Amino acid sequence: ASGRMFLRLLSDVRWRAANPRWRRLTCSQRSTSSTAEPQQVPLPAQAQVVICGGGIVGTSVAYHLSKMGWKDIVLLEQGRLAAGTTRFCAGIVSTARQVSIELKMADYSNKLYQQLEQETGVKTGYVKTGSVSLAQTQDRLISLKRVASSLNVMGIPCEILTPKQVAQLHPLINIHDLVGAMYVPEDAVVSSASVSLALATAASRNGVQVHERTSVSHVTVQKGRVTGVETDRGRIGCQYFVNCAGQWAYELGHSGEEPVNIPLHACEHFYLLTHPLKEPLASNLPTIVDPDGRIYIRNWQGGILSGGFEKNPKPLFTEGRNQLEIQNLQEDWDHFEPLLSALLRRMPDLEALQIMQLVNCPESFTPDMRCVMGESPTVRGYFVLAGMNSAGISYGGGAGKYLAEWMVNGYPSENVWPLDLKRFGSLQSSRTFLRHRVMEVMPLMCDLKVPRWDFQTGRQLRTSPLYDRLDAQGARWMEKHGFERVKYFVPPGKDLLDLDQSKTFYKPDWFDIVGSEVKCCKEAVCVIDMSSFTKFEISSTGDQALESLQYLFSNDLDVPVGHVVHTGMLNEKGGYENDCSIARLSKRSFFMISPTDQQVHCWAWLKSRLPDDSNLTLEDVTWKYTALNLIGPRAVDLLSELSYAPMTAEHFPSLFCKEMSVGYANGIRVMSITHTGEPGFVLYIPIEYALHVYNEVMNMGQKYGIRNAGYYALRSLRIEKFFAFWGQDLDAFTTPMECGREFQVKLDKGMQFVGQEALLEQKQNGVYKRFTMFILEDHDTDMDLWPWWGEPIFRNGRYVGKTTSSAYSYTLERHVCLGFVHHFDEKTGEELVVTTDFINQGEYEIDIAGQRFQAKAKLYPFSSLFTQRRRKDEVELSGYQRE
Amino acid sequence: FYLTPPQVNSILKANEYSFKVPEFDGKNVSSVLGFDSNQLPANAPIEDRRSAATCLQTRGMLLGVFDGHAGCACAQAVSERLFYYIAVSLLPHETLLEIENAVESGRALLPILQWHKHPNDYFSKEASKLYFNSLRTYWQELIDLNSGETTDVKEALINAFKRLDNDISLEAQVGDPNSFLNYLVLRVAFSGATACVAHVDGVDLHVANTGDSRAMLGVQEEDGSWSAVNLSYDHNAQNEHEVERVKMEHPKSEEKSLVKQDRLLGLLMPFRAFGDVKFKWSIELQKRVVESGPDQLNDNEYTKFIPPNYHTPPYLTAEPEVIYHKLRPQDKFLVLATDGLWETMHRQDVARIVGEYLTGVHHQQPIAVGGYKVTLGQMHGLLTERRARISSVFEDQNAATHLIRHAVGNNEFGTVDHERLSKMLSLPEELARMYRDDITIIVVQFNSHVI
Repeated sequence: ASGRMFLRLLSDVRWRAANPRWRRLTCSQRSTSSTAEPQQVPLPAQAQVVICGGGIVGTSVAYHLSKMGWKDIVLLEQGRLAAGTTRFCAGIVSTARQVSIELKMADYSNKLYQQLEQETGVKTGYVKTGSVSLAQTQDRLISLKRVASSLNVMGIPCEILTPKQVAQLHPLINIHDLVGAMYVPEDAVVSSASVSLALATAASRNGVQVHERTSVSHVTVQKGRVTGVETDRGRIGCQYFVNCAGQWAYELGHSGEEPVNIPLHACEHFYLLTHPLKEPLASNLPTIVDPDGRIYIRNWQGGILSGGFEKNPKPLFTEGRNQLEIQNLQEDWDHFEPLLSALLRRMPDLEALQIMQLVNCPESFTPDMRCVMGESPTVRGYFVLAGMNSAGISYGGGAGKYLAEWMVNGYPSENVWPLDLKRFGSLQSSRTFLRHRVMEVMPLMCDLKVPRWDFQTGRQLRTSPLYDRLDAQGARWMEKHGFERVKYFVPPGKDLLDLDQSKTFYKPDWFDIVGSEVKCCKEAVCVIDMSSFTKFEISSTGDQALESLQYLFSNDLDVPVGHVVHTGMLNEKGGYENDCSIARLSKRSFFMISPTDQQVHCWAWLKSRLPDDSNLTLEDVTWKYTALNLIGPRAVDLLSELSYAPMTAEHFPSLFCKEMSVGYANGIRVMSITHTGEPGFVLYIPIEYALHVYNEVMNMGQKYGIRNAGYYALRSLRIEKFFAFWGQDLDAFTTPMECGREFQVKLDKGMQFVGQEALLEQKQNGVYKRFTMFILEDHDTDMDLWPWWGEPIFRNGRYVGKTTSSAYSYTLERHVCLGFVHHFDEKTGEELVVTTDFINQGEYEIDIAGQRFQAKAKLYPFSSLFTQRRRKDEVELSGYQRE
Repeated sequence: FYLTPPQVNSILKANEYSFKVPEFDGKNVSSVLGFDSNQLPANAPIEDRRSAATCLQTRGMLLGVFDGHAGCACAQAVSERLFYYIAVSLLPHETLLEIENAVESGRALLPILQWHKHPNDYFSKEASKLYFNSLRTYWQELIDLNSGETTDVKEALINAFKRLDNDISLEAQVGDPNSFLNYLVLRVAFSGATACVAHVDGVDLHVANTGDSRAMLGVQEEDGSWSAVNLSYDHNAQNEHEVERVKMEHPKSEEKSLVKQDRLLGLLMPFRAFGDVKFKWSIELQKRVVESGPDQLNDNEYTKFIPPNYHTPPYLTAEPEVIYHKLRPQDKFLVLATDGLWETMHRQDVARIVGEYLTGVHHQQPIAVGGYKVTLGQMHGLLTERRARISSVFEDQNAATHLIRHAVGNNEFGTVDHERLSKMLSLPEELARMYRDDITIIVVQFNSHVI
């Protein structure tokens, strides 16, 4: 009985909505009795956009599209609006987020919902309650302080509280086990279903047609473009399709002839509703988030609503859909027991409070805890927004806005690569993988997020042929785009801490191990397996390959055969879509190396822009080659001995590529680049020769002191050399001009290329941000918190930007942070041109979890400290691996 | 006098062992989640044995229970040796060659089995060399025979059983210069053991059975109830086909004397077994071996005694019957147990007790608040109590222990009666065997997510 009562409460809110167009169609159906089905308005035959899913996400997309001037939009909902996860979700709008883009989305959502009632006349239940995130441990407090630093520089009020201050904010809270907390006073609660209905109402007034009880069976595609959708009520032709089907998005993506992989999986999620307290709780009481107890608590109708993210989640619907609307799934009290215990520990006085209901509301989770947004790499016009990881309300508004911008303008107003659907490929789409991974992801919502954590599930999917060899030598692994990569090698006899104990914001236990690998790169030679990189070959019968690439890339690729060119693949605004190295193999063929996670994005970008010409071929050869990076001053000697060929700079200059034999194996592509600024070579080895070449290298390398090394050493090397990585430092909103790479742009190469105009303009007018290197001055590596990325940068005490990556430099014996410096006008906040003088004439500080460290800013690396004899024009100035 | 509940527990748990196949490391999403095993002795020393191992050179897991009679020597030897014979029978030709070459050149051997042993499950150090040599002879023959065909699991199981029994017999005939070993191989051959072995590889389950231990599959029906499916046939007088088989193998003149008082030749309960050369060798051979054997053997009345009506040996075989079963999602677990369990419990009850135990909140209905007025405090109390009931010292962490508790302690209502349990467990050694037999149980839990 109480269950039904809850539903009634929600539907009361629903139907108080101000007379939207679709209301008269469905209002008579609200009683579950067998009233005759009213006549449904027929579907249009054609629309510009069809949105599938009437939850918070779908309605937000419709709302924003219609606001941006697109009118010919149809929103289809299989059941009733806001009847899925949206109806059941807890309605907490929280801006306390780790990832900057997520923080921006949540902030926008908050501001949108705040004025929504006024805009639409629909009651949204919006109450600015604020939220308090509790810390039971010092590590948790550090993590909160890091978030607080981010919020503050975004202009979102936020403070760190003592336990006593927490007690003043909430009458019921037990503070004896707390070490501190973070208070965000502008966070809010809403009735999520009402917000969704308000958005739908506004969209509907703007001309969006809403059809309930209409389910999409599949999307039709012709020549790689969306042509329409088939529904149980007939077909609608359309140019754009938006999949906002929530937990059903995966299945819907796979229902068409051309599958669209949307990696997400549902888990059961429980929360508790109570009757009001004797003295009902005030409706503006802050929401409490207790991540160490894995729970959240908000006030609800004078009582409380409390749920959480348990350690042992229950994934469901792995086999696919077996119900339409989410009816109330089974309550599972035994499963909820740990969360209930945590709740009563936090608020012991609630013991006497009467239970109303335990709600089981499935939420969808993604493989990396971030939502999935953007256009399908395989089907043009097929957009996706789903997988909200139980933060649908917090993100819904902002995410809908970004997706609408994406559709209308071609790209959102912010860098959304961390959320881009194209960060995934088909390899993350196995049901087994998703089921296992979300069981790890859901508890992570509450787990402490320390630097450099790796997922433990869904591993060992893509591996190099040397995997077992390296593993036997003590390799410790991390994963990128499904590929196992070595972090470092634990020497025999040495042991590191357990996974759990190794979590730290301070100096990690592998510090000395990586230090010795770096030293070996500097003094002898190291080998790093870098096979994960994305590798494409572009070739043509005539000059098509060269001409297309000259247009798509900013550097001049009309170089002599055998030369390697570092170049950006830019968008119209001059921003980096990709950063790669391209070797000219012959007059008519090119070999292109990009970051690992570019496999899907870069492929889609090239496919859609290369001319449709059967004489021009693009091939993904990633799997065909194993890449060994030989780094260090003795790499030259080692390789000449293995190949009986002279490898010195006179014979094999920097940025050169040649097929040669190594050991018995022939046809090894040797390139004189190392992605670190150190001397050396990368060998691209056809996989069947990989073991042979590796063995030869290791055997012959003995006398040169060779050892295995991992990506942590590589990262330290590249960061101290001021190399930017795409995906970490560089993104679609960063141009070569802004990161000191003008020399990789050939504005005068004699033909037009993408982004040229924007770059020309920047060259004339100057840049508004500048990639800068910071050396921490008063930072104690052993005692102080380590920088990670996302730390605010202060110049003369004023915020100017954030770091994008950091590493300890074993050469400088200092921490190095890379990041962007902006110039905000002191009065108006307007962005001004950043000049070299502006950079050089400031006093800088980096804020690590609220503590500021002095830093020296540099626009060029310390070349004098690194004693290699290289000519200036040979200096290799690019790296692009991401961590 | 009574045993206190903790004392009862310490007796019941003394031999319990659990193994969980590592989950979530990305490597091994096995169809087996893990297994629980336990033994409760009635004989002193216990004559039952158990083994569990993962095949390292082929896929699959081996689990078995062995019920010894006339001493534990044969059961002990079979528990140490049988899985090696099976694993070797399953190996592809190249791997056999590789292993042989490694032995030949003194290099380190590829590990064949990873054992999952309770500390009390011992291996005989003295005999290891002898056992190894016999095994090596076997794989050398397999190498020479190289049929080129892929190994059929069923055939491999049958070959392994027969070969091991043959080796036990031969070793006793040849003897050993070391007097300890010489006595050991004779004790092995003159005692006997039944074997019930399961091989699980993905969804393929084979059960090879020799004797009267039993394998039973626990199946969860659609309505959540539990039922049992037999995966072995008992080889004893209650099995008509078995009686028929024995009669077929001997002249009609012996028909009456073959099975008396439900025993083979009026003596032996199981109709198939390892060892027991008194039912296999000719009278001449038995006499020769006993006479040339050590004094202890000669002094033993049992070994000298020739079964009555002993005309056309062998009367006994170790050849197993193999049943194949393809695992289905509703197949949740497998119970392998010696007859000590099956004498006291019906298989249907076994299926229900284990099924309810494994599904976690066993015999606890899910709680629904419904229309009742419940406070958070009351609910919390209820839930912690339920949790405590599951995890307290009075409850079992091991399905096999749980089953033994029921087997020994069940009253007429099918619930565990502490008083009865206490009595049964405090029986003096010499009485225990009259009220109960040795019990050995392995419960293998399957991974429905994979199957």
